[in-house]
Amino acid sequence: PPAHSHSDWIGPPDKHSNLRPVIFYVPPKESALERRLREARQEAQASNQRFWARHNRAFRQEKEEFIYSRLKAKGLEMRDESGQKATLNAEEMADFYKDFLSKNLKKHLQYNRDWYKRNFRITFLMGQVALVRALRWLRRRKKNVEQ
Amino acid sequence: MSAARSCRPPRALAGLFLWHLRNTGARQVPCRFVHLYHVASNRLITFQYFNFLKRMYVTQCNKDLSQRAKPKSDSIVSPFHELHQLDQEKKVVHKISPISPLHQSWSEMSSRNELTEVKSAAETEDSVIPVGAESKEDRQWKEMKLHLDDLPGILARLSKIKLTALVVSTASAGFAMAPVPFELTCFLLASLGTGLASCAANSINQFFEVPFDSNMNRTKNRPLVRGQISPLLAVCFAASCGIPGIALLTLGVNPLTGALGAFNIFLYTCCYTPLKRMSIANTWVGAVVGAIPPIMGWTAATGSLDAGALLLGGILYSWQFPHFNALSWGLREDYSRGGYCMMSVTHPGLCRRVALRHCLALIGLSAVAPVLNITTWTFPIISLPINLYISYLGFRFYRDADRSSSRKLFFCSLWHLPMLLLVMFTCKKSVLEKEDKGDLPGGSHEMAMEIRLP
Repeated sequence: PPAHSHSDWIGPPDKHSNLRPVIFYVPPKESALERRLREARQEAQASNQRFWARHNRAFRQEKEEFIYSRLKAKGLEMRDESGQKATLNAEEMADFYKDFLSKNLKKHLQYNRDWYKRNFRITFLMGQVALVRALRWLRRRKKNVEQ
Repeated sequence: MSAARSCRPPRALAGLFLWHLRNTGARQVPCRFVHLYHVASNRLITFQYFNFLKRMYVTQCNKDLSQRAKPKSDSIVSPFHELHQLDQEKKVVHKISPISPLHQSWSEMSSRNELTEVKSAAETEDSVIPVGAESKEDRQWKEMKLHLDDLPGILARLSKIKLTALVVSTASAGFAMAPVPFELTCFLLASLGTGLASCAANSINQFFEVPFDSNMNRTKNRPLVRGQISPLLAVCFAASCGIPGIALLTLGVNPLTGALGAFNIFLYTCCYTPLKRMSIANTWVGAVVGAIPPIMGWTAATGSLDAGALLLGGILYSWQFPHFNALSWGLREDYSRGGYCMMSVTHPGLCRRVALRHCLALIGLSAVAPVLNITTWTFPIISLPINLYISYLGFRFYRDADRSSSRKLFFCSLWHLPMLLLVMFTCKKSVLEKEDKGDLPGGSHEMAMEIRLP
């Protein structure tokens, strides 16, 4: 993002976590409230990034292992003559999906609770910041009118 | 796209048309609004209506108040293009992430070089230019500033406007089927209130699901995921739609409709959305969410909860299952990775059984309609072919359990519902007929009269 910009910038989705990273703008006279908001957002971003990157990597790895073990059981190789990666059809993959989902359910429940808490907190802080800014703007307007 | 190809030629044309529209971006939104208006006001099954439905379900729709449609085109069209995108994204992300704010100007230069390099690569590699343009856009860093001229498009996508339109049309079907004289102002107020409530619920749903949406193919282009709008604004928008919507329903129509609307919003945002990640019971809750709008339409017209309202709700409830279960069959990988508890992933046998069971239930419910004096006896007879067809597809899905049968069932459900509602409306028992005792031909009508009198 350019140096003169006064807003946050959001980037393309991350390769591992599929989440879009945000670079937060730090204003020169950041109030304590605004700093709390920014830190909360940064923390949430980092935590989400960690969770999804790890989760997606585990998914891809386990999927590969599953395909490999199933292909071996069928007596096939990972790549056929043309060099294309051999894949299983959807019905065979269904067992893997079911397994993966049930294994990770507890992890997801914990993450959900975390995410909802963070989301509410960030949005509430955003509301507070917006309110403070609006009041400041109104006060400035009143001062200008009086002058 | 391949889904469209496997259908009959007119639908393939519609599919091509839709796919092109999808890729031309937000500029198309005003046209869609006009389209929607035409559709909502005509209620005729025209080719355009099919287009509208297909676009809704095949492009942007999501699990929602009534329909569980998910844009299949996303997963069907772009796997190949996405592979390209990922490779190119890798180059850009590596460049940008290690850079600290001090080196912003340097990084901007180098990232711009990267981007131009990547852009030229994208142009030569991508065979379809509209998709290439979209992926180029996606790979850039965007300023998180709200531009007012983008706002209508963003809010439309936030409120899942097409799905909202379908919800409003099911509510108006409920209104139309109520055995009272038609009042235009009440109808308009009820439709507007329902629409606003639906917008609010959809916005809150998207607010809750940001990280999950970014990980699933069909939902990763939503406004909150892309940072086009802040969560605070999304919540304010939801409140500014929901509160007037429910107030309009309670004060302008009747308190029962308002209560149902508020309950539906609660059910969708606070029960269905969290439940999606906890247990497969979410499907049943979601089916109730979909069944409530026609009940709301009915209570808006009559002011009371009759058997007729419950029957209409029951028809929509049963319809949700073949529709959603067939759709979710093709999305099992995304659901598994995203952590969503869906029958298609955890209990595939149950998924197919339930879909078939409810297809058959539709036949039964259609037969009950004349008994409750909502329609004449012609309704179960005329609707039998389409109900039998969807049940047949449901049976095929049950037996074969593969992608093609699930797709066939899903696409059938898309036209089955509007057709069923239309047939129901044309077979509606006229209010005048009931009042005029002398002119009634045929015994069935007189029997209907006798039941009505007490």
